[in-house]
Amino acid sequence: MEQKHDVQQHTFDIHRLREISWKLSRAIIQSTTKAGSGHPSSSLSAVDVLTVLYFGDVMRYKPQEPHWPDRDRFILSKGHAAPGLYVTLAEAGYFDPALLSTLRQFGSPLEGHPVYGRTPGVEASTGSLGQGLSIGLGHALSAKVDGRDYRVYVMIGDGESDQGQIWEAAMSAAKYRVDNLTTILDLNGYQQTGPVSKVMPALMPVVQKWQAFGWDVQEIDGHDLAQIHTAFRQAAEVRGRPQILIAHTDKGKFLSPFTKDEKVRKHGVPLNEEEAQTALAELDDRYHAQEGA
Amino acid sequence: MLFKNSTGLAPGKATRDAFGAALREIGAERQEIIVIDGDVGNSTRTEYFAKEYPDRFFNLGIAESNMISVASGFASSGKIALVSSFAVFLLDNAYDQIRMGVAFPNLNVKLVGSHSGISIGEDGPSQMAIEDIALATALPNMVVIVPADESSTRAATRAMIDHPGPVYLRTGRPAVPVIYPDGSASFEIGKANRLREGANLTIIACGIMVAAALEAAHQLSQEGIEARVLDMHTIKPLDIAAVEAAARETGAIVTAEEHLLEGGLGAAVARAVAENFPVPIAFVGIKDRYAQSGPPETLLEAYGLTPDAIHQAALEVLERRSANEPQSGHPHQ
Repeated sequence: MEQKHDVQQHTFDIHRLREISWKLSRAIIQSTTKAGSGHPSSSLSAVDVLTVLYFGDVMRYKPQEPHWPDRDRFILSKGHAAPGLYVTLAEAGYFDPALLSTLRQFGSPLEGHPVYGRTPGVEASTGSLGQGLSIGLGHALSAKVDGRDYRVYVMIGDGESDQGQIWEAAMSAAKYRVDNLTTILDLNGYQQTGPVSKVMPALMPVVQKWQAFGWDVQEIDGHDLAQIHTAFRQAAEVRGRPQILIAHTDKGKFLSPFTKDEKVRKHGVPLNEEEAQTALAELDDRYHAQEGA
Repeated sequence: MLFKNSTGLAPGKATRDAFGAALREIGAERQEIIVIDGDVGNSTRTEYFAKEYPDRFFNLGIAESNMISVASGFASSGKIALVSSFAVFLLDNAYDQIRMGVAFPNLNVKLVGSHSGISIGEDGPSQMAIEDIALATALPNMVVIVPADESSTRAATRAMIDHPGPVYLRTGRPAVPVIYPDGSASFEIGKANRLREGANLTIIACGIMVAAALEAAHQLSQEGIEARVLDMHTIKPLDIAAVEAAARETGAIVTAEEHLLEGGLGAAVARAVAENFPVPIAFVGIKDRYAQSGPPETLLEAYGLTPDAIHQAALEVLERRSANEPQSGHPHQ
């Protein structure tokens, strides 16, 4: 495809992706601990999918031109994972990474939940759950009307799937055979007050639900960068149907300060300084073990 | 005719019909208009557009929340996204989606709610939007328009499309009298139309109540009371200058709307009057209750939305004004 030099479209490099994922995970913990509030565990479950989307030869975008009409769109429907989105957008070049230390402060463009028009690269105001998939569908249909070839990616949560609007969007996307729309379900297993299996057990079987709604469904390990990449490639080949990746993830990315409270996985609670140091050390060890450094 | 009509207003079309015709017309000129329907296009009249431009029309089924958010996506990709349903379902059902996806991001989404007020008649209170103006005006960035007749609705539809941002346009089901003959309505968002001059008080009305206001003014005139009549088609942003002038120059105000008294035209006018030039105000509208099924004319009578109700309110507000006046002070002119 012929593109201008400033279009960001990365080649798939597993080593680079591991490094970025490590860096973004660290930044999620650092920024939320500094802010003293926020949702690090919900961001960490999403971070590997975000890494592949933005840096793994999946999305095309121009950080210097956030409203470029032919950009691929990403909408974080589970808006509470905003720290995960912000660290990704900063890494992608949408704004100065130094801003990450202003997360949630008065006057900062990095609000508690994503705000359209406030932060470059944020495609929709989210934080009231259930709405991002419909917004993504609007973008995807708009591409069809205009004959543009951009793709739309929407990340939803498993707790968020309690919302009826998710299923309204699912039906209508299938009706219009919208194949430039890929949803990622961040299936981290927990919502605010407990495991999804207790709060809303009937979300399962979720694969069959999305299949029944007429979507192309792939079930993946949401922390396996290569697998995530392959899934996005396959999704892009699907014609006549929207696609969803059911990404099995861990709320807190298996870091001990999050996993020790099995009941709620620290939903909406940042790590204190000591816990943050523990989590960062675990991330460092894990990265160095992977890369044999 | 919905109301007693001594002034010879000609019978006209329903505002929903006028909207549908105008949208079809504008659709030819503005390729960026996308219309989203909640499976009621034959009621809201977006079907006129659908027949001409099927590629830009999306029936998303009976799912208002999804419709609004899809419109938000279209608008953030550069479209003018128009969503239409019954006003009550559009505003009440999808309020959070409107807040998050339209008003807050200040996107170019147009909301057109038909079947507003109690004049829909027999379908009953579940279908009647009587709190929609309050809901819509409460949203920052939202323009709220309530046109009175065919000509003004056509002009309002065009103004809505030309306005870069969120707009709520309220249309109605029944045929309404012609206020502006031969397509003569001038329409500017936020600028009231003065339909009648009078020195003793001002009646400020919107929607179907404009016709009732003109009839009431006629009745008052026969008693020697001359009322100014304003068609306050835009509730937000309110024409504060016109309200202040009415207060200053006529000294008493009656508002009339087919909506709850909470958060509607009367509430907006009262705030403008209180802030700028306090004078007595009387309010004609629905008084803190839901209506019921019945013929439109019967309902308007039963819930006090008639020329006679405006007439009575005018006499009452004039009485209140003279009671308030200091004995030695200057009477209002």
